[in-house]
Amino acid sequence: MKWLLTILFVFTLEQVIAHTIVVGRNRHISTLRQGITAAKDGDTVLLNKGTYKEGNIIINKAIHLVGIGAPVLDGDNKHEILTLTGKNIVIKGIHFANAGYSSMNDYAALKIIEATNILIEHNVFTNAYFAIHIANSTGSIVRNNIIKGPDRSEHLSGNGIHLWKCENMTIENNSVQGHRDGIYFEFVTASIIKKNISEGNIRYGLHFMFSHNDTYRDNIFRNNGAGVAVMYTKNVRMENNVFDKNWGPSAYGILLKDISNSFIKNNQFIQNTVAIQMEGSSRIDIGNNLFKANGWALKVQASCDGNIFHHNNFFGNCFDVATNGTKTLNKFSSNFWDKYDGYDINKDGIGDVPYHPVSMYAMVVEQNPATLVLMRSFMVSLLDKAEKAIPCLTPENLIDNKPVIKPNK
Amino acid sequence: MIRIEHLKKRFRKLQALDDINALFSSGQVVSLIGPNGSGKTTLIKSILGMVKPDSGCIYVDGKPINGDPAYRGNIGYMPQIGRYPDNMQIGQLFSMMKNIRKAPEASLDNDLLVKFNLVSIFDKPMRTLSGGTRQKVSAALAFLFNPDILILDEPTAGLDPLSSELLKEKIMQEKKKNKLILISSHVLSDLDELTSHVIYLQEGKMIFLKDIATLRQETGEDKLGKAIARVMRGGKKEALWIDEVLAVKESEKLP
Amino acid sequence: MLKLSRYVLYDILRSKVIIVYTLFLLTVSFSLFQLEENNSKAILSLLNIVLIIVPLISMIFTTIHYYNSYEFIELVVSQPLSRSRILLSEYSGVALSLLSAFFMGVGIPVLLFSFSETGLALLFTGAALTLIFTSLAFLAAVSARDKARGIGVALLLWFYFALIYDGLVLMILFSFSEYPMEKFTLLLSALNPIDLGRIFIMLRMDVSALMGYTGALYKDFFGSGTGTLYTTGIMLIWIVLPLLLALRIFKKKDL
Repeated sequence: MKWLLTILFVFTLEQVIAHTIVVGRNRHISTLRQGITAAKDGDTVLLNKGTYKEGNIIINKAIHLVGIGAPVLDGDNKHEILTLTGKNIVIKGIHFANAGYSSMNDYAALKIIEATNILIEHNVFTNAYFAIHIANSTGSIVRNNIIKGPDRSEHLSGNGIHLWKCENMTIENNSVQGHRDGIYFEFVTASIIKKNISEGNIRYGLHFMFSHNDTYRDNIFRNNGAGVAVMYTKNVRMENNVFDKNWGPSAYGILLKDISNSFIKNNQFIQNTVAIQMEGSSRIDIGNNLFKANGWALKVQASCDGNIFHHNNFFGNCFDVATNGTKTLNKFSSNFWDKYDGYDINKDGIGDVPYHPVSMYAMVVEQNPATLVLMRSFMVSLLDKAEKAIPCLTPENLIDNKPVIKPNK
Repeated sequence: MIRIEHLKKRFRKLQALDDINALFSSGQVVSLIGPNGSGKTTLIKSILGMVKPDSGCIYVDGKPINGDPAYRGNIGYMPQIGRYPDNMQIGQLFSMMKNIRKAPEASLDNDLLVKFNLVSIFDKPMRTLSGGTRQKVSAALAFLFNPDILILDEPTAGLDPLSSELLKEKIMQEKKKNKLILISSHVLSDLDELTSHVIYLQEGKMIFLKDIATLRQETGEDKLGKAIARVMRGGKKEALWIDEVLAVKESEKLP
Repeated sequence: MLKLSRYVLYDILRSKVIIVYTLFLLTVSFSLFQLEENNSKAILSLLNIVLIIVPLISMIFTTIHYYNSYEFIELVVSQPLSRSRILLSEYSGVALSLLSAFFMGVGIPVLLFSFSETGLALLFTGAALTLIFTSLAFLAAVSARDKARGIGVALLLWFYFALIYDGLVLMILFSFSEYPMEKFTLLLSALNPIDLGRIFIMLRMDVSALMGYTGALYKDFFGSGTGTLYTTGIMLIWIVLPLLLALRIFKKKDL
């Protein structure tokens, strides 16, 4: 009895401090615009089931907008639907549909500008130009949203979750597909991207630039037009992600460009044209990853240095490592290579002869891509065998001195 | 039955046949003789279409042979050295030939098959056979389909005397059936009793083609070998070879 | 024709080489599928078998078979059968036995373990290459008089198609690396059935994206119905053309 009273008390207290405004078709307040106008800081606006076409609505006070039974906010293909600014705003359970497209402005279904402590969760976005567009904001969370893009061409579609100049952001457990870039980070620092699924986007699953000290982990990037691009950044942790089936003439599991002091650990790269393409990157620790059935597992340009590749497992890749230079300043150690045919006489689990992961043919292809037409031909395998016996074209010091006999766990 | 016109054949440097003209009719037993390499086998193979002549034409029953292969259905051929698929058994060989020729069982002439007692070794593979047995098989095959034309290349070479006699008897029998029989041989004595005509080849050229009566008359010799020798001596051609032949013949008379 | 092929087939079966070949393929295929946890990797290894071993065995086996059945050919040539019929019977006998060896040795394991578009493409290519290299081997065998030379020519042809040709392609690609070579390589692939087969299978192995623009072009071409038709057509030409040439030579050949 006592606890019931307590609850009742708390409930009434809530009623006193924070009001709840219900918006619905047959209610006193029938449009969201009215509801928002009526609400004060700390209030909750409950949006009932239904479709609301009200053009652009701006929220600049600390309210909770909660959808009941997934009400639809329809932008009529003309408008930006919701614009947030300020702090302590929650948007939950809303279905954003048909946001407008403009070639002049970055229209978004949900735009957040100069805001702090925002929570966007359990929403659905369909057919938006940009779905969630966040700029100049801090300390916010975007989680458990489902975003389905219009699958238009690259120029006609925007990004799924777009962040620009933000800090301390968390992007978690969202699913993004059919946008230009699934998740887009530019000048976003000290943030985390985790457990998202970004697949079937037109360009990149994750597009990531100038975003230092971030972590992304446990995400799945699958079947995106060009894979994932991570560029011009320091201190990124890339862990436990899956990069899967990013196939295409210029598709990558990850494209690393000017990345330094970062970690790529425990990821799985499966069936990508190029699992990791590295350009001008330094001091990256690439360890314990799985590279399976990729075209190229690693393409390391000569402009990379001080990277270390260790304890990775390579299975059934057409080319394990390719490079465009003869000098290499990176280190390979303790990886498992399924193509390794050395021996281990002292049974310490480490092969007694070093492994050269760059094949002759990989070098040939690097110089003349048209020669890919000869892949899997008898001549190519002879060429590789001959090069293995008497190396002359492949970089001498690009070797794994401790190739392991059994796959790393 | 067989007409040969201006037949020429060259193997690289060797002129194997040089303008051969001949006419063979049914009822004749023609002996084709000449030294080794004189073109006997080439001539026979040309008639069978196994060797393609450079120029000239061969007619069998009035038809040129380079079209329809059906004319060979009327020819029985016994090669000089019978070569057969190693793995094939004698019985299979015969059934295959019957199959190819599509001859009804009743029309077959199994005479030699029985006389040479080949049926009892029907299950033997060809590779296990001796040269003589192979010759028996070849002979039996040549006569099997009762053809109007028989072409026998060195038929008695390698045969034991008994079989040789059996074969000769068979040839005599067939001769009586008004068939054309073409026999090449250099063992003249075998042919004496059978021959009605002689064609003599040397270095690809046909030296003569005469019936035996004319030959005898011209030379005054009763025996074929001597008659030929006389002809040859007259012409002083390859005298050495003729002497050799006569020597062989003499030596065969001895036992 | 079938009648003769039956004897050819029988002869081949008796020699047991074809059975050994079948067992070899079967053992290799099964062990590949058993050893590799990943079927696509087994298919990859099988690709090498299909592109290298199958043509090699087809060529060597056919050439040796041709010379070994020279006696048989001699025998049937003197029968009322046309030369083309004889050679086609030989061809169908050899091709049929090699094909069945391939289908039993590779086909069954592939259908059991990896029944997919890639698997089917592999079988199609293997079958086509068997027929093509049998044709080429017949051409080599009828052109060369003696066994050693015939096998030599066959080996050389195989070496050319399996290895030298790709070397030439590589040279060409490097000499003209400034020019767009995509369409040209498409043409080049038609001139070597092994390459054509390899590309045909490769494009079904999901690696086309590796090839960038070329791959996209190839995929569009070979992936479409026209591409399959084109491949089949070129393969057919590769089967028929050498066989026709072989027939022409065989018809004029002296046996």
